[in-house]
Amino acid sequence: MAQDRGAGRVIIPERPIFVLPPKRSAMNHVVEFFKRKPLGAVGAVVAVILVFVAIFANMLANHDPYTIRVAEIFSGPTSDTWLGTDHLGRDVYSRIVYGARISLYVGIMSSFIGCTIGLVIGVASVHFGGLTDLIVQRFIDGMMAFPSLILAIAIMAALGASLNNVVIALAIVYIPSTARILRSQSMVIKEMDYVLAARAVGAGNWRIIIRHMMPNCFALFIVIVTIHLGGAIIAEASLSFLGVGTPPNVPSWGGMLNGAAQSYVKTAPWVAIFPGLAIVVVVFSWNLLGDALRDVLDPRLRGTG
Amino acid sequence: MRAYIAKRTLLFIPTLFMVTIVIFALLRVVPGDPAVMLLSGGTGGGDEEDYSQEQLAELRAKLGTDRPIVVQYATWFGNMLRLDFGTSYFYETPVSEDLKAKFPVTLELAILATILAVIVAVPLGVISAIKQDSLGDYVTRLITIGGVAMPSFWLAILIIFLLVLIFGWMPPIVYVSLWDDPGGNLRQMFFPALALGFSNMAFIARVTRSAMLEVFREDYIRTARSKGLAEKIVISRHALKNALLPVVTISGYEFGRLLGGTVIIEVIFMVPGMGRLLVTSIFHRDFPEIQAVIVLITVLVLVLNMGMDLLYAWLNPRIRYS
Repeated sequence: MAQDRGAGRVIIPERPIFVLPPKRSAMNHVVEFFKRKPLGAVGAVVAVILVFVAIFANMLANHDPYTIRVAEIFSGPTSDTWLGTDHLGRDVYSRIVYGARISLYVGIMSSFIGCTIGLVIGVASVHFGGLTDLIVQRFIDGMMAFPSLILAIAIMAALGASLNNVVIALAIVYIPSTARILRSQSMVIKEMDYVLAARAVGAGNWRIIIRHMMPNCFALFIVIVTIHLGGAIIAEASLSFLGVGTPPNVPSWGGMLNGAAQSYVKTAPWVAIFPGLAIVVVVFSWNLLGDALRDVLDPRLRGTG
Repeated sequence: MRAYIAKRTLLFIPTLFMVTIVIFALLRVVPGDPAVMLLSGGTGGGDEEDYSQEQLAELRAKLGTDRPIVVQYATWFGNMLRLDFGTSYFYETPVSEDLKAKFPVTLELAILATILAVIVAVPLGVISAIKQDSLGDYVTRLITIGGVAMPSFWLAILIIFLLVLIFGWMPPIVYVSLWDDPGGNLRQMFFPALALGFSNMAFIARVTRSAMLEVFREDYIRTARSKGLAEKIVISRHALKNALLPVVTISGYEFGRLLGGTVIIEVIFMVPGMGRLLVTSIFHRDFPEIQAVIVLITVLVLVLNMGMDLLYAWLNPRIRYS
């Protein structure tokens, strides 16, 4: 019957004129990312492996990383101690596996805490503007004047060597640069119409900061955290290597390279080579991931890393 | 230009104050009392029976740590302006003497590292840009990404390992100065400088490459090519000259960063510079030494950065008006 009604008939084309893009699942995004950024994908895979190793360290290690065995000092790689033992007879492989926990813990905590504080300072500094902004920016100038390792060493000198102090020291180091970048991002956001609209409907300072400005800094924030995370792993290793980071018994990759590893590099090269290799592989892949994320999430930052 | 210099210099002064206040405050929140530290023989807290309260008060008076903190800061800052950095708690000699001995060593190391880095990085970056997406370009890019990931201390240990393995060479215990024996000094400093400069090399090569690629897109390059100039001349006279602008200033900033980064290399290669002085001073809780080294390095970096900003503005007039 429908055909008989000539006028007003809706012609349904064989193919739709335009297609809504299929709703993409998280998996689609991952596949897309892997296709567009193969190097970044390699980085992501290594990052996942690192997280896996850190979580299951107690299952993956075949020795206790702290046990000192005098009889097995500097024994080379065997079927039992895969990567040999160090100057106290501790198993290098197990220490590297547990070291993943230390590196990841310091990396995540310090970059996340530092960048979060930087985010708050950067956004608030723009929002309040005027004198507040001027004073905060001069303070940040002062902090940024320090070479980062020197500042971290100075803070460690004040706080004393411990794992959480390393986190605090590195977090402080990452605050100023993050605050500076997010400040310029917020300056752009502040001029956006939706901020004006929010103010017009009577939103208060904190509501604008938390609900409008911060979420729009989020992509940039994630990129900065990723970039700092790799740097934090190296920085932790550097501090521990100098003996001002984690205490010597803690299985930190940098700490493992300290002291005896250098003196006995000829007789027991494995003690120095494998932890160093772990740092290089992890940081290298992390940088690849960070570069790829930066390109995908915020192309404006290209070439700044 | 004059206004820019004035503005830049005025911003420098509050930053300088900020830096000294941060360092001073930081080392005053330290849990350990240096007087207790010295009396108990470097063990920190220690047993209270080792010394009397009178001894403690006397030492505090001598060190000046019994005075109000503002007075301590003012005295310290005032003395620093006269290049008097106080007396080392540990060695009981003037800090300025230590600095005079250690500073040239660190400076030499950083200069050598920068020279090595630039010599390798610029040709590498240029070739990588000319042959974009060739195998050589990919290898260079991998090296440059890897160079940034490579912690300098691991590279240093690898260098020592290879040297020991092949030549039976170990970092010498005794340091020879550049003035006494230039050849011996350079032999001694070459490998530390190499380890120190490697990541810089990577970074500068990356900057050179992207600067070259950017310049290649400019109109004047197309003009130069279309008027039939040989590619060699286009690259050396037209492209490189313009691409080197950011490279020069970045090498300058990186030089400042190196001054702070020598710490680790000095410790590994046993180079008696300021970095090693800093690390040993931390173990001794020797505040005057720690403060002096950090202030000196930081102020130097600040001055260097300001110089680079001014140089950049002078070379590139577009910057001045922003």
